[in-house]
Amino acid sequence: MASSSTSLRRKLMHRLQHGDVLWWALLFLSAVVVVVLVLWIAWQLWVQSAPSRHAFGWDFIWPWVKSVWNPALDKFQAWPAIYGSLITATIALVLAVPLALGIAIFLSELAPAWLRAPLNYMVEMLAAIPSVVYGLWGIYVFLPLVVVPIGKALEPLGSVPGIGIFFKGPVPASGFTRLGAALVLVIMILPTIAAVSRDVLQAVPRSQREAAMALGATQWETVWKVLIPYGQSGILGAVILGFGRAIGETMAVTMVIGNSAGGGYSILKPGYTMASIIANEFAEAVSEMHTSALMEIGLVLFAITLLLNAFARWLVVNRTIKRA
Amino acid sequence: MQSIYEHVDLQNNYRRRKIVNKIMLTLTGLTVALAVVPLVWITVYVLLQGGKYLNLDFFIHLPAPMGMTGGGVLNAIEGSAVMVLLASVIAIPLALLGAFYLLAKPSTALAHALRFSTDMLAGTPSIVIGLFGYAVIVAVQKHFSAFAGGVVLAIIMLPVVLRSAEEMLKLVPREMREGALAMGAPEWLAALKVVLPAAAEGIITGIMLGIARAVGETAPLLFTALGNDNYEIGKIISDGLRYHQSIGKIIGTIFAQPADALPLTLWKYAQQPYQERVHQAWAVAFVLMLFVLGLNIVARAWMAHRRRKLFG
Repeated sequence: MASSSTSLRRKLMHRLQHGDVLWWALLFLSAVVVVVLVLWIAWQLWVQSAPSRHAFGWDFIWPWVKSVWNPALDKFQAWPAIYGSLITATIALVLAVPLALGIAIFLSELAPAWLRAPLNYMVEMLAAIPSVVYGLWGIYVFLPLVVVPIGKALEPLGSVPGIGIFFKGPVPASGFTRLGAALVLVIMILPTIAAVSRDVLQAVPRSQREAAMALGATQWETVWKVLIPYGQSGILGAVILGFGRAIGETMAVTMVIGNSAGGGYSILKPGYTMASIIANEFAEAVSEMHTSALMEIGLVLFAITLLLNAFARWLVVNRTIKRA
Repeated sequence: MQSIYEHVDLQNNYRRRKIVNKIMLTLTGLTVALAVVPLVWITVYVLLQGGKYLNLDFFIHLPAPMGMTGGGVLNAIEGSAVMVLLASVIAIPLALLGAFYLLAKPSTALAHALRFSTDMLAGTPSIVIGLFGYAVIVAVQKHFSAFAGGVVLAIIMLPVVLRSAEEMLKLVPREMREGALAMGAPEWLAALKVVLPAAAEGIITGIMLGIARAVGETAPLLFTALGNDNYEIGKIISDGLRYHQSIGKIIGTIFAQPADALPLTLWKYAQQPYQERVHQAWAVAFVLMLFVLGLNIVARAWMAHRRRKLFG
């Protein structure tokens, strides 16, 4: 009796072992699916943008002074959108990096233990607020109360030779401007840069801090001359990650940038970004070429963010234990 | 012998360094205060403004015709629920199996490729994922659908869940899996009955973060789910029952139609000339914020609690 039950057990166990073949196959398959998915996205964008790529070649992304984006003529040049993405993301980065570094330093070095957890929370919450909510708040609160006054203050720069073209006014009363998009982006990329930089700083070995302190450095000197240089590549990674987020951010930017192809180079005028022109026009694209041109913008956007993220990842992952 | 410090007024220099230290440290504190301002401003404003326009109709009625007062966003609530459900059904198993692969074979070429792809997917702009969904589903089926919306949301959720699941599985002591294997359990049973339960809490928090992310996404739905003022699951089901359709057919109908979602409604209503619609946009923002921030807070509090339990 006992022997038959153990043999039954053994048989059952043996049967169950067969499940492992299936299990490994499933694991392997899932891993392959995720990898293939990324390749598939790239492939689809490449294929779908073929008509536009063939028709316009490099003209499509060339920085023409007078770019044409005309669905009626089926002629598309994307420079205004590319410029819009670059200028808004750059301004956002220039303003966000010092703030984010300050936050990172405070969170990793200065904050007392009781304050650390709630502040970390707040940084995470800032990242969690949906993009459309930023957009809604942007339209009705941030643009009129913050962006318009700042824009008005910048208008006089429009007559300065050299940099004047970037500040040509007047600012629209609604506040829908590239500047508005850039300032909303500051808030949105702040948590990304701050959180990764914080992790980078925390990963600096204790011995580095102690050595600096032992040499008589003040706390600030320790941070500025030891910790930041030690973590510089990781912090650069954080900054690039922030730039990638700013370039790819869609809804909030679409809602505050005004979506217009004019505006020259001025940040005080409405414009487009690559993401916002897709969001704004794709569902109503009139022709196959129009769809294809928007797909090509998607391709450019994908390529840029892929390169930025791959570079940032290489900088951050290789040098910190924690991943952001 | 002359000191090399002779020309330096040490006392003064030290004072200067201390002042610089004070100033800079204060400045870092100020940056934190500056970052808290928009968070509090947005949260409080949305909760106050949105709270004013919330009522029961908002949750149980379809949108009123353009320009009319009243009506609600039932279509968006149901659409969000259906699409996030589909996204979870696709993304969670895939993410967990992927994470188990990383746990079992952490340094194969495929594992490196998987980690890399996951990070790239997480960094891909969501609008690009929307284009992909349009190309492979909408353009092929020749119609917008809740199905397409659910699939793109799954792609958004996938990296969030996979990353956190990998981290949580790594926290489970190796000995637990080895113990199970030593007792003769096959690999899959050890994974599902021993390792998975041990990491369950952490994985669930990761799933919650993934859902929070998917619920708030708008861009990928713009040209996959498109929007649908008349999306009403109750009506689809009752119609289906009336015509004696099979359950499969009814579920098919639910996913085959274009659907609305809360963030999509918010986007459409935000810039309309009708005050009523703008008010409803604020109310939608209220619901979204409450849901998304609520999920985040619960998930992170739970995670922190778990960490304390594990590491003291």
